Amino acid sequence: MTAAVRTSRVSKSYGAFVALKDVDLSVEPGERRAIIGPNGAGKSTLFSIIAGQKPPTSGSIFIDGADMTGARPDQLWARGLSRTFQRNQLFQNLTVWENVELACAAHHRGLFKSVSRDALDDEIGGVLERVNLLGSHDVRVANMAYGEQRQLELALALAGRPRILLLDEPTAGMSPAETQAMLRMMIALPREITILIVEHDMDVVFSLADRVMVLNLGEVLADGTVREIQGNRNVSEVYMGKAL
Amino acid sequence: MTVADVIVQRRSKPFVALRLWSVLALMIAAFAAAPFLGMPQFVQALVIEILVFSLLALSLNVLLGYTGLVSFGHAAFFGIAGYAIGIIAIHISTDILVTFPLAVLVAALCAVPIGWLSIRLSGFYFLMITFAFAQMVFVAAFRWKPVTGGSDGMIVPGATLFGAPILGSRESFYFFVLAVFTVCAALLYAIVVSRFGRTLVGIRESTPRMRALGYNVRRYKLAAFVVGATFGGVAGVLNSLFNLFIAPESAHWTQSALVLVMVLIGGAGYFVGPIIGATIVLLLQHWLSSYTEYWGLVLGILFIVLITGAREGIAGLVMQGWNHLRGKGP
Ligand SMILES: Nc1ncnc2c1ncn2[C@@H]1O[C@H](COP(=O)(O)OP(=O)(O)OP(=O)(O)O)[C@@H](O)[C@H]1O
Ligand SMILES: [Mg+2]
Repeated sequence: MTAAVRTSRVSKSYGAFVALKDVDLSVEPGERRAIIGPNGAGKSTLFSIIAGQKPPTSGSIFIDGADMTGARPDQLWARGLSRTFQRNQLFQNLTVWENVELACAAHHRGLFKSVSRDALDDEIGGVLERVNLLGSHDVRVANMAYGEQRQLELALALAGRPRILLLDEPTAGMSPAETQAMLRMMIALPREITILIVEHDMDVVFSLADRVMVLNLGEVLADGTVREIQGNRNVSEVYMGKAL
Repeated sequence: MTVADVIVQRRSKPFVALRLWSVLALMIAAFAAAPFLGMPQFVQALVIEILVFSLLALSLNVLLGYTGLVSFGHAAFFGIAGYAIGIIAIHISTDILVTFPLAVLVAALCAVPIGWLSIRLSGFYFLMITFAFAQMVFVAAFRWKPVTGGSDGMIVPGATLFGAPILGSRESFYFFVLAVFTVCAALLYAIVVSRFGRTLVGIRESTPRMRALGYNVRRYKLAAFVVGATFGGVAGVLNSLFNLFIAPESAHWTQSALVLVMVLIGGAGYFVGPIIGATIVLLLQHWLSSYTEYWGLVLGILFIVLITGAREGIAGLVMQGWNHLRGKGP
């Protein structure tokens, strides 16, 4: 089967600093893959390269087998790839509804693809329902609690009806209850969506992921099933004492 | 609460725009009636000037307030269209059906390459490159003496319609400007509340997110740039037709700065902000300059007070006060 996402020897340098070195990643369609590793390992950098926000210094990116190295974010999006950001990228001065509206309108753009008001409203409402934000539809994002902002971050990524979803630390900064709610939302996502998730919370990783890739100092330290990773000594060492 | 409930609730909200436009319609009607009620000629001239600069400020606000692009060279298009109409009137035809659209078209066409290059940069660099382009327009007007008259400026022939001179009287020009302003303001409003306009707001709020959502941000920024330049060009045309004269100062950086100040004083986040700003700045200028040549100082102080005390300008203050009165809090 062609991998949904594949990177081939992807490297990224900032001057003399090497943030990623020869990263090979291959994610099957429908797979849920966690990418873990300590702070500064290069996880977000890898996401930005896959999603077209940053060009790799060398190496290639393939989406469904097509070479997308150097493509713009909107071109990757057109291929069904969507992402959330580690630091919220929301439309702070707009309401929750208006935020999702911009996201939903994205795939109805163009003179000939215009969509009816009713269809768009239904779609926006549907997305908000999925992330439990329907009740806050008229709240300005800047006035929302942080946990809710994280939910909206997920909503914006889902609104494009992605086939491939990159989630960068979706539960970071959330309370345990909020984390559980977010986990339920992610587990409930349709299996057809290929998910790559960067996450520090190991409960989330092990409940959600099929496979795990471990990055350390820009290099792949391990890549395997949840069970394999749990038993991997190197990984335990990197996480120093944290029981996996 | 179900999706259907929320949609019903959203659609039953009062239509705020209607209130804004009923107020504006009343004001426009009052201005239209004023000459018949004995509005003196010099007041008419002042209103004309305010409307011209309000339009220029409104057009800049498409970039500044809606897209979040701080242009420091918006007067370039004011100047380009202002010269274009003079040059067309001298060399081709003075018929307003030719000069007006053609001059605006020239400004819009110039905005395509200038915008194409400028939007590649962001933040401070965008500001500097727009400044540089505007200075190039200024220098061209200043140096290209055979065409522009150089520092002496250029006499702009009066407009005609099918061979007959028109807009010759102050009063007829007053009505003309009022009509053009009303049409342009309505068009600009329609643009900023359209899906296109809301996309621009998204770019202002979070460009990375818009890119990740699949929007081709550069294309939208370029479109915003050209729209701003086009309406700025209309303002330039009106200015030239009113003064029947244009000088390089129209494209000078101080002119770009003045429009920027108008928008910020009035409130960049609000549609009517630029109109309020242009009115206040021009009234201050007229009123104070008869007392002191340091009127710019007063303007500067007002600017500093507003920028530090009320980021959202006078329109923001008014809205805060209004919400306060209705007990809704900020
Ligand atoms: N624009 C940049 N210029 C220089 N160095 C950068 C830049 N962006 C990231 N880095 C560096 O690259 C390394 C990897 O950063 P990255 O954000 O990918 O880490 P991460 O694995 O996501 O970490 P975290 O868990 O803290 O989010 C870090 O050391 C960071 O300082
Ligand atoms: Mg990160």
